[in-house]
Amino acid sequence: MDTNNTSRKEFLASILTTGLVLAGCSSKKSPFELAADEHTKASGEKVKLLSVDGEVIEVDKAFLKPVPSLPSLSNNDERKGIPGKKFVMVIDLSRCKNLKKCQAACNHMHHVHSNLNWLKVYPMGEGEHTAPYWQPTTCMHCDEPPCVKVCPVDATFKRQDGIVLIDSDRCIGCRFCMAACPYSIRVFNWEKPDSIPEELCKQQYSCETSVPQKVGTVGKCDFCPDMARKNELPHCVSACPNGTFFFGDLNEDSVTNGAETFRFSDLIKDKAGYQLMEDLGTKPSVYYLPPAARNFPFEKGLENDNG
Amino acid sequence: MEHSTLVKNESKSAVPPFSGNGKRGKVSLTDEKIISDLLPQKFGKLGMLWVSVLVAFCLVGMFAYFLQLKNGLIVTSMRDYASWGIYISNFVFFVAISLVGSLITAVLRLSGVHWSTPLTRISEIIAVSAITFAAIIIIVDMGRPERFYNLFIYGRLQSPIIWDVTVITTYFFISVLLLYIPLLPDMKILLAGKEKKGIYRLYSFMGSFWKGTHYQFRISKRAINILCIAIVPVAFSIHTVTSWLFATTYRPGWDSTNFGPYFISGAFLVGAGGVSVAMYVFRRFYKLENYITYDHFDKMGKIVVMLGMLYLYFNVNEYLIPAFKMKKPEEGFLNGLFTGEFAPLFWSAIFGGMIIPMIILLFKRGRTPFPMFLCGIMIVVGAWFKRYLIVTPTLLHPFLPMHNVPASYKHYFPSWEEWAIACGSLAGALLVITIFARIFPIIPIQETLIEQHEKEHN
Repeated sequence: MDTNNTSRKEFLASILTTGLVLAGCSSKKSPFELAADEHTKASGEKVKLLSVDGEVIEVDKAFLKPVPSLPSLSNNDERKGIPGKKFVMVIDLSRCKNLKKCQAACNHMHHVHSNLNWLKVYPMGEGEHTAPYWQPTTCMHCDEPPCVKVCPVDATFKRQDGIVLIDSDRCIGCRFCMAACPYSIRVFNWEKPDSIPEELCKQQYSCETSVPQKVGTVGKCDFCPDMARKNELPHCVSACPNGTFFFGDLNEDSVTNGAETFRFSDLIKDKAGYQLMEDLGTKPSVYYLPPAARNFPFEKGLENDNG
Repeated sequence: MEHSTLVKNESKSAVPPFSGNGKRGKVSLTDEKIISDLLPQKFGKLGMLWVSVLVAFCLVGMFAYFLQLKNGLIVTSMRDYASWGIYISNFVFFVAISLVGSLITAVLRLSGVHWSTPLTRISEIIAVSAITFAAIIIIVDMGRPERFYNLFIYGRLQSPIIWDVTVITTYFFISVLLLYIPLLPDMKILLAGKEKKGIYRLYSFMGSFWKGTHYQFRISKRAINILCIAIVPVAFSIHTVTSWLFATTYRPGWDSTNFGPYFISGAFLVGAGGVSVAMYVFRRFYKLENYITYDHFDKMGKIVVMLGMLYLYFNVNEYLIPAFKMKKPEEGFLNGLFTGEFAPLFWSAIFGGMIIPMIILLFKRGRTPFPMFLCGIMIVVGAWFKRYLIVTPTLLHPFLPMHNVPASYKHYFPSWEEWAIACGSLAGALLVITIFARIFPIIPIQETLIEQHEKEHN
């Protein structure tokens, strides 16, 4: 289903681009001006398009009205966040077997340096008689973020939708935020990131996509606000085949892993959800459901563990 | 003679009565002898060798920094867990040792102690040079040094780094003034009857406005008094704020309310140790036996013992009280220090850098020049490693396990580039002190003359 979706999107996008290119070729005017012109005459050239209902339709090339791509957000907008939202994540520890699909998807989509991981899966439970379990760990997007408190230049900041982001164009690389984060979630680009395609390197950095990562600056999980703007789930959530991650909006009181949707408050209440190191007072936005009645034995995850 | 009139001017004005227990040499010294003894001297063979070694260290350090700028911080051994390394511990060390300027110049002066006069300039140049290199080394540690100006454009008051930048800058300027203003009368002595050529141009540029009038002396004395009062809270701030860079985090070993006074007492100790070393070296190589006497070493030794006890007291608080409880997150960290991988370094720093020098200095024979020199070296080296032990072991004991990272991320041993840069910065600080002593009298001439005259009066 996922792949279907993507290919359809790609198809639509390719048609739109073709339209834009064609329109651009036929006149020197900008495509938006062309669309605004009421007196366009049919050219007789037809273009095949896919309608919203999934039907293939034919349109005269001259009447193509290109949809402007979403205007890129200004740094100021990226710092404000999505109005009316308060994002939360719930991680169900009983579902994780250390497959690390979440990690791979995250690394891939954010072009994280090959030595680094934004999302880590820890084997937890060191007590003599306690049962071990796997704990996927993202940025906690704390409501009292220790990292934001110590940043001297406002390069890492807290938005009104609860997300903590990094402005890699402003970060001075002092690494105080890394020392301050009790969850050790932040990573540093000690060298030039090795997995960024060349055309991305030239792109303007965006705080919402956290791409492209820059040498000498700090990086971390960003809760994928670019996906949230498109009403889609963060990459780790959609990549997990076991539905371990739930993402949602606290104001709507709902979280989903794509297949199942729960009322957030009920889920936390019924399954005794908790936050990591609540006692520190950082007020994380990530909640954990205890690894009770597990879907997989702990040992199952060991084969995928590389220390 | 010109300077003796200066002296009369001054001694008539506002000099407080000599406290009496500050006997200098047994020989009575004439003004001419004092001046010729204290004038800056050319480097001998040994001096040239010393300078070239320091310059070589600086050059290697600069080359290493060039490599770091080119390739990024990957040339260091720092990684995501040990995200601060010897650059930061070196920074803390520099800030610590710079505190001695305020101790000798301000605290002792304000409390009416006069025997420390010959040591004021030594301690003040240590302070200026150390705080300069503290600022340099913190830029070296930055991943994006070219964005340093962001601190001024986007600076946020809530970050302890901004506090640190503010107080360190303030401390630097007060220290430079405290070095410069007492130099003015000496500049006149240096310039007396000399043509304005070479180095004398510098003296004349820096101090030719100083005529040595009664009025100028009065202003300078007031200025020094004001600066001495101002520098005490600023000095406490620089090192308290530096300790807060750590204490404002949650980490085991840093999450401590004890950190401010713990850092300050340690800073005074290492500063006093540094001055002891400098006293010995200048006395020996500049033949200052009449000016830096056994009496000075004796008194300085007692101060070092007192500061050592203070620091020991805070160490007990810092390590034994958490060890009594052995909270889970602190357990690994404390065991690492007491019996684990950091134990040899930890116990060497505690015993070699604190307890043994204190025991030696408890004895009168220990408070003589050469033993003092050795104790000073032990204290300074111990203090450097102590700073390393404050920074690194904590970072290698995070709350969540170190997992899912390359093996090199789980340990820290500085790379050659880090050593080269750290050693280069230490050499640079020593070079500044050496060159200063080559250009300016390292013992204040004018103040020595005044005190000599006071003594003769009494």
